[in-house]
Amino acid sequence: MSGKLIPMREAVTRFVSDGDSLVIEGFTHLICFAAAHEIIRQKRRDLTLCRMTPDLIYDQMIGAGCARKVIFSWAGNPGAGPLYAFRRAVEQGIPNPIEIEEYTHFGMAARFAAGAARLPFMPMRSEGGSDLPKVNPNLRSVQCPYTGKDLSVVPALNPDIAFIHVQRADVLGNSQVWGVLGVQKEAAFASEKLVVVAEEIVDEELIRSDPNRTLIPGFLVDAVVHEPWGCHPSFAQGYYDRDNDFYVAWRDICKDLEAFERYMNEWVYGVANRSEYVDRMGERLERLRAAPRLCEPVDYGF
Amino acid sequence: MEYTRNELLICQAARQLEDGEVVFVGIGLPNLACNLARHLHAPDLVLIYESGTVGSVPERVPVSIGDPALVSGALSVCPIFDVFYYYLQAGRIDVGFLQGAQIDRFGNLNTTVIGDYARPKVRLPGSGGACEIAIHANKVLVIAPQSRRSFPEKLDFLTSAGYLDGAGARERLGMPGQGPTVVITDLACFGFEEGEMTLTSLHPGVTEQDVRNNLSWEPRISSELAVTAPPTPEELRLLRDKLDPKRLYL
Repeated sequence: MSGKLIPMREAVTRFVSDGDSLVIEGFTHLICFAAAHEIIRQKRRDLTLCRMTPDLIYDQMIGAGCARKVIFSWAGNPGAGPLYAFRRAVEQGIPNPIEIEEYTHFGMAARFAAGAARLPFMPMRSEGGSDLPKVNPNLRSVQCPYTGKDLSVVPALNPDIAFIHVQRADVLGNSQVWGVLGVQKEAAFASEKLVVVAEEIVDEELIRSDPNRTLIPGFLVDAVVHEPWGCHPSFAQGYYDRDNDFYVAWRDICKDLEAFERYMNEWVYGVANRSEYVDRMGERLERLRAAPRLCEPVDYGF
Repeated sequence: MEYTRNELLICQAARQLEDGEVVFVGIGLPNLACNLARHLHAPDLVLIYESGTVGSVPERVPVSIGDPALVSGALSVCPIFDVFYYYLQAGRIDVGFLQGAQIDRFGNLNTTVIGDYARPKVRLPGSGGACEIAIHANKVLVIAPQSRRSFPEKLDFLTSAGYLDGAGARERLGMPGQGPTVVITDLACFGFEEGEMTLTSLHPGVTEQDVRNNLSWEPRISSELAVTAPPTPEELRLLRDKLDPKRLYL
């Protein structure tokens, strides 16, 4: 049974349109570069990119000219320096000017949660002091109806389309995740359309043997893509490690426009799909493959 | 025993942590400081990383905030929503570590932009978790390399609140955390008196004039100004042999 399984190329063709607001989440972990690369190859434009941490994935999409706007809370290359493509767009309008809408991590998590719950806004305790509300009019406050005190609020975020990477899913999109969870669940529930990208496709029976591990039930899912190593240079706990060397190397790649173009030509435009990218990785695959560390099974008996 | 500047900073930060405290840890020097404290005087320190790992016991130096080694063996891994709503906002965090491209005399931090926000000279990463860590963590420890540029009279952008314009400002806004308690630079350590950064110790070989040359205001000086204790052989052994054998951050 093929269920909702489709190739990444078809998922992007069918579900991502110019001008969409898009989220590819994953906090360090499970960042779906495979989706971003296909969106770049298909030359989508004027996207509003939503993510807590734009990371290398949006740096590449911004540098490739896909973005009109970025909604975020921390734009750096974790542990390695700045995201120069993001900076070039903000500071110099290269390759095109982008609008930014900036929150804190707390604010972004709250926005996705409000979006997931289909609430108009989310209250949070953030008692001022910061200059952020001066540059983002969406950071507002309401009077608490119970205490009369001011309460900070952020508006719901409901992107048009989400790509959420998971460790395993069945063909209907019932998806299981472990390790760092980020805002994967909130982003999945908040978005109007949802594509799940899985390292591994498993039987529904396996999913049902461990229901507490299911983050997203299949009935929310529009399509399922099977994409092993789809997160590299990010990682999938239990499958492969983060390619920290690449994150460091990106500092120099993104700093220089020519190096950026060379990288994109070789690793994005120069491959037809993720499996060609993986073939090109060579010995790095073995270096990054995770050493197993199994947990004790639990008993769901009654 | 010889030691590097970072080793001194890490040891000094580790000594600020008390056993049993719950710490919101950052990557780099704060991570090493927390793990050093855990191996020495604070075995029951609880390390929470922004990625949602609670009670982490990293077997290798994490180079990103969501490193898989922070997950393996942790007490719990929770969604980011829980990190901010159920841990930080609920007052469960005793100590937060912050860094900044700029810090002013009241301990306010800028990690957003150098120059004008709309026309930035340098666009920095932004708040991340810092803004609300600064509000909610009971105390905040700051590690910051010191220079006139990074210790300006006025910030280009206030990302995360210290004492704002001085003593009492946090209370007026109802901020639950007490604010920054210690700033550790490559030259000296500062505490806070009446909401203002106050020089408390000079690192070995550093003079008061060196400190003045590397900040933009006339600093308050504690009546009990001391010399920062250098790293002990035990601290250095743990850092070099166990915690960061590849010397990524030392």
